Amino acid sequence: MAKYTHSVSIDPDKCTGCTTCLRRCPVEAIRIRNNKAVINPLSCIDCGECIRVCKHSAKHASYDKLTDLDYSKHLIALPAPSLFGQFNHMNEADYVIQGLLDMGFSEVYEVAKAAEYVTDLTRIYMNGRQSRDPVISSACPAVVRLIKLRYPTLCEQLVPVLTPYELAGKLAREKAMREHPELSPSDIKTVFISPCPAKVSWAKSVMEGQKVYVDYVTSMNDVYMELLSRMKHDEVPSPEAASEAGIVGLGWATTSGEAASLMNDGYLSADGIDNVIKVLDDLESGTVSDISFVELNACSPGCVGGVLAPTNGYVARVRLHNLRKTGGMVVKPNDIRDVDESIAAGNISDEYTEEEAFTYMPEGAPNMLAMMLAMKKAEALADKLPKKDCGACGSPTCRAFALDVVNGEAKLEDCKIRTEME
Amino acid sequence: MSETLHYHFDVDGASFANAGRASVETKKLLRQLGVPPEVIRSISVAMYEGEINMVIHAHGGDADVYITEDTIIIILKDVGPGIRNVEEAMKEGFSTAPENIRALGFGAGMGLPNMKRYSDEMHIDTKVGVGTTIELWYHLNKH
Ligand SMILES: Nc1ncnc2c1ncn2[C@@H]1O[C@H](COP(=O)(O)OP(=O)(O)O)[C@@H](O)[C@H]1O
Ligand code: SF4
Ligand code: SF4
Ligand SMILES: [Mg+2]
Repeated sequence: MAKYTHSVSIDPDKCTGCTTCLRRCPVEAIRIRNNKAVINPLSCIDCGECIRVCKHSAKHASYDKLTDLDYSKHLIALPAPSLFGQFNHMNEADYVIQGLLDMGFSEVYEVAKAAEYVTDLTRIYMNGRQSRDPVISSACPAVVRLIKLRYPTLCEQLVPVLTPYELAGKLAREKAMREHPELSPSDIKTVFISPCPAKVSWAKSVMEGQKVYVDYVTSMNDVYMELLSRMKHDEVPSPEAASEAGIVGLGWATTSGEAASLMNDGYLSADGIDNVIKVLDDLESGTVSDISFVELNACSPGCVGGVLAPTNGYVARVRLHNLRKTGGMVVKPNDIRDVDESIAAGNISDEYTEEEAFTYMPEGAPNMLAMMLAMKKAEALADKLPKKDCGACGSPTCRAFALDVVNGEAKLEDCKIRTEME
Repeated sequence: MSETLHYHFDVDGASFANAGRASVETKKLLRQLGVPPEVIRSISVAMYEGEINMVIHAHGGDADVYITEDTIIIILKDVGPGIRNVEEAMKEGFSTAPENIRALGFGAGMGLPNMKRYSDEMHIDTKVGVGTTIELWYHLNKH
């Protein structure tokens, strides 16, 4: 198991220790220590929530800069479906493709197109499945990591298919090798344009022995800035380049798009990390019935709401909708049919195991008995704390603070408002 | 002497909105303790059913969780109507839930059978007009 490389981090110069992120992190991964926020890498799921709420721009995501790209290579851009919802007054996806080529990419392979294949692969997988438990989409890496860490028994319900951008990287590379026999494999580089840090982390945390499908992960924000100056949809009546993705693939940018594309009767879709957690709790206690597919996105309203996407996600959703209505995209059923069982066999991912299940155990708590003793002490201590959950001590709740004190990670004096303490 | 951790939750009989809260909270604690995931899942299934039963059939009650190094015991206690015929109640599909409750999606008669399936031991102590206490036992070492 390779180390998980996080994209989300903190700029200590900007962090004021204000506690906003502390209380909003869905997995309580943040503490304020010495007046600065610190993230516990064992429990952070890179959902980006802390970046979204930070008022001091102290939280950021790391990714590859456009200036890091080696333009002498055969660079293939892999735009996420959400990119197509970022532009005002644009009714044809072709402009985006042309703009990417004008930026210096040798080729564009749309992730939306790969998403259509993933839909098909998912359908094949579901048809051959014995269990009646609903399958859970594995497209949002923040959700997948949350499941691995907190709901490990649900791992077996994750769809074992590559995510659209991984599949896009794989297919794009194979296509380039076929079409350009003169290129050596190391000359071909795939560049994913990501709406979120979760996908950056996922791509950068490729486990040992696993194939790398994406060589660079860039931020949608950066690409957007470059594209704005190059996309001339006022002047050019119709660009040369043509988008190949259909409405099915583009739909993945917003919640329910993936689920609806399966054309299956019972599906459930939810977005926003707190809602996702509620659904996962229900799935774990087996209270969700008559559902065959579950789509969960950490961001609302889906990937268009990712923290690396420049436009308000709800605005982007309308734009994507209009894009489809004006006919910029057409379904290409033949493309979808291309996927046969043999591709299916090669594109099934085996990453969804329970290996990481216990990484949330704090260090110094090697066994259950030690942890029980700590929690017992913490419980007694928590009883005497003010129960205001104010966060001023640097822990997200009084209860978490009590356990931090017992584990030696915080000092009782850090609680400034305790009254009846002896 | 072995250490025992004890947690208590009130199960609010007046609201469906809160039903399931005790089992979600218990799950969080068990995760922190490092209890094996399969045990957590079983507890999550069984305890949720027990909680829902207290809300639907018994106007709420108390949920207590006792944890030792090798055993987890969950005690669900109510002072509701009691179960007239336990053997019958344990049958899959048996339910006395009224129509309005069924309309909400509850009352499939699978709760008690699932609680048995998802626990190592289940003990029911019930008396009509007095109340019901159900104990769910989990032996950690056998897992
Ligand atoms: N806590 C309780 N108090 C009183 N009656 C109960 C309680 N729990 C279960 N019962 C009785 O047992 C029956 C079967 O329970 P269960 O298997 O959970 O099915 P359901 O809850 O769907 O009716 C219930 O319909 C009810 O009559
Ligand atoms: S990215 Fe999400 S999980 Fe990680 S610290 Fe920020 S809010 Fe918490
Ligand atoms: S919902 Fe989409 S954009 Fe948001 S974290 Fe998940 S994959 Fe990334
Ligand atoms: Mg029941």
